[in-house]
Amino acid sequence: MEVIKIVGTDDTPSVTLDVANEIFEISGRSLPEDVAAFYEPILDWLERYSEEASGKTAFNFKLVYFNTASSKMILDILLKLEEMYESGKEVLVRWHYPEDDEDMQEAGEEYADIVEVPFEQISYSMD
Amino acid sequence: MDGKSTDIKEFLEFVYSFYKTMKEQRVQLVYEGEITHQITKAFTSLTETNMELDAESQSTQKKVFHVMVECLQNVGKHADCLECTDSRKDGRGTFILCKGNDEYTITTGNIVNKIKIPEMVEVLEKINSLDKEGLKQLYKQQIKEGRLSNKGGAGLGFIDIAKKTGNPLYYNFLSINEEFSFFVLTSVISRYND
Repeated sequence: MEVIKIVGTDDTPSVTLDVANEIFEISGRSLPEDVAAFYEPILDWLERYSEEASGKTAFNFKLVYFNTASSKMILDILLKLEEMYESGKEVLVRWHYPEDDEDMQEAGEEYADIVEVPFEQISYSMD
Repeated sequence: MDGKSTDIKEFLEFVYSFYKTMKEQRVQLVYEGEITHQITKAFTSLTETNMELDAESQSTQKKVFHVMVECLQNVGKHADCLECTDSRKDGRGTFILCKGNDEYTITTGNIVNKIKIPEMVEVLEKINSLDKEGLKQLYKQQIKEGRLSNKGGAGLGFIDIAKKTGNPLYYNFLSINEEFSFFVLTSVISRYND
């Protein structure tokens, strides 16, 4: 599959979807002007990937900020991963949050409650 | 003195009294006009720089940023206008950021069609009646059931503001005419949470 590599800006996240190197990651800030347009290619890619995925998919979220419009798109990504998990694929969601950011930690907990997929919370230091 | 210079003198006095009012109310940023993505980015970036200089805690900085984005996007996406023309469109409003000793207040004002008011009041009152746990549940319900509107809204903004600030949403609808009201929303963010 083709590699998706989007370099982040001050309002859009960095995205890497690279099957060969087993990197699935969204990081940074997400408040795109047009959320649907930004996330559509990512969701399309996941849709195609879900059919051919053979190995383990460890998907990393390492966001420092996302607006509510993006939160809906993040859920759509998680639902896609849940679908894969339910169809028997090996899936793990890793939710990284800055160690002092309770809101981001809580956001992870809420997503973990909503979707039925192995979900790991990982705190990291900003220093 | 002719009429024109009297007008100008009055205007200059108005500027001074406007300035004094802004100082009294501790206004850090005030704006009236179209709320675009660029405006949202500019205002949040300016405010972040100011909060950094004031050595505001990371937690407060993030909450202020968060609430500013949601409030500005609400106006940009949902504000109606009195007399729409090609050059005067929806998505205009006023934005005011104040910094008090103990809290930041973020206020937006915009025109709404009165048809929308009952539903908005219902949502706002429901949010204000809930505690932290109740807000979490409502957020989860809305994110699961809600769909992204054609304006790119997720119907989560008000809930998220209440969740992040831990304070009620202060609001009022002031009647303009039979069809429209002016909607004012104020969110309060404590500067010292910890």
